[in-house]
Amino acid sequence: MHGFANPARFLRIARWLMPLMLVSGLIMAMGALLYGLLVVPPDRLMGDTVRILFIHVPSAWLGMAGWTTIAVSSIVELVWRHPLAAIAARAAAVPGAVFTAICLATGSIWARPTWGTWWVWDGRLTSFLVLLFLYLGYVALSQAAQRDAAAGSGASRVTAIFGIVGAVNIPIINRSVVWWNSLHQPASISMGKSSIDAAFLYPLLFSALGFTLIFGGVVLARMRMLLADIQTEARLRRKAMA
Amino acid sequence: MSVVKPKHQRLVLLLFAVSALIGAGLLAAYALRNQAAYFYVPSDLVAKPPEPGRAVRLGGMVQKGSIKTRGDGVTIDFLVGDGKVDVPVRFRGITPELFVEGSGVVAEGRMEGTTFVADNLLAKHDEKYVPREMKDMSKAQAAAVVAETK
Repeated sequence: MHGFANPARFLRIARWLMPLMLVSGLIMAMGALLYGLLVVPPDRLMGDTVRILFIHVPSAWLGMAGWTTIAVSSIVELVWRHPLAAIAARAAAVPGAVFTAICLATGSIWARPTWGTWWVWDGRLTSFLVLLFLYLGYVALSQAAQRDAAAGSGASRVTAIFGIVGAVNIPIINRSVVWWNSLHQPASISMGKSSIDAAFLYPLLFSALGFTLIFGGVVLARMRMLLADIQTEARLRRKAMA
Repeated sequence: MSVVKPKHQRLVLLLFAVSALIGAGLLAAYALRNQAAYFYVPSDLVAKPPEPGRAVRLGGMVQKGSIKTRGDGVTIDFLVGDGKVDVPVRFRGITPELFVEGSGVVAEGRMEGTTFVADNLLAKHDEKYVPREMKDMSKAQAAAVVAETK
């Protein structure tokens, strides 16, 4: 892991990995969405509304994966003082928040014809809305901390602690449909079992892979940007001192 | 005297903090298990009936063959069950598209005597996603169709 502690080495890899992930992810996700819109048969009950599944479910997974990335990176930052971990955590926040917002919006559009309402305050929907608010709080906190001091300082540690504490919500989102009676349906896919017909399942998995590649590409792009920011600032500070 | 590396000290501290957090989260979720439920199932409603007139939600399966439309054409009666008890429900208005017999429903309303009077119906979708062409087929038939089209 510490092989990547050297930002120069990380940047060399990120330079070609980032466009590769973004382009292949865009092609896969767009292909899966078009296939979902044009080819997939309508569902027995939902009809054509089922097509929103191919964007709603991957964004839900990535919204949760984003915070998991923040939490794991924050632990690595606090325990091993890994210089890139703090950068990775901050880079995952905005794409994670965007996917969470997409999930909430598409879910609401799906719910209107399916359930007969745009929004209900059940366990799953409420805990997912809390996830969006956590993201917004995290972004605000990390920007305030960045203004105060460079990574590794006390202010950066507060951001990391918030990232770890906020992870409590992730298992709650996952279990919300099991612990509490909720309007949202329970998980369709779990541990190698799926109650989604193959006609929907394969395009869904393909779409999820595509969106995951896009997510990874955006995180790498943002890490490069944050590293460039730190470099510029350090250079300006040296100039001001000279 | 043993020397603990600061790295390991931080790791142990963090593990303690994370397990305390998870414990707190689980306890909170456990304490919320009744309050955070979105609806009552029929057996809850029969075992611990809420005071009449209080707004509650009732969730369950619409029993097969139980939907009956009254003479006025907009009022329907049906039974909502959970496999143990059935509660009669009355509703006046437009039902959601997914409101069908044998499917899940959440009704918002109140108890009036032994009948649940609903102001609003929400259809509950289950976790199964099946194409329209296959819904009337048995599993084996559907598998045969899938194999044919591959």
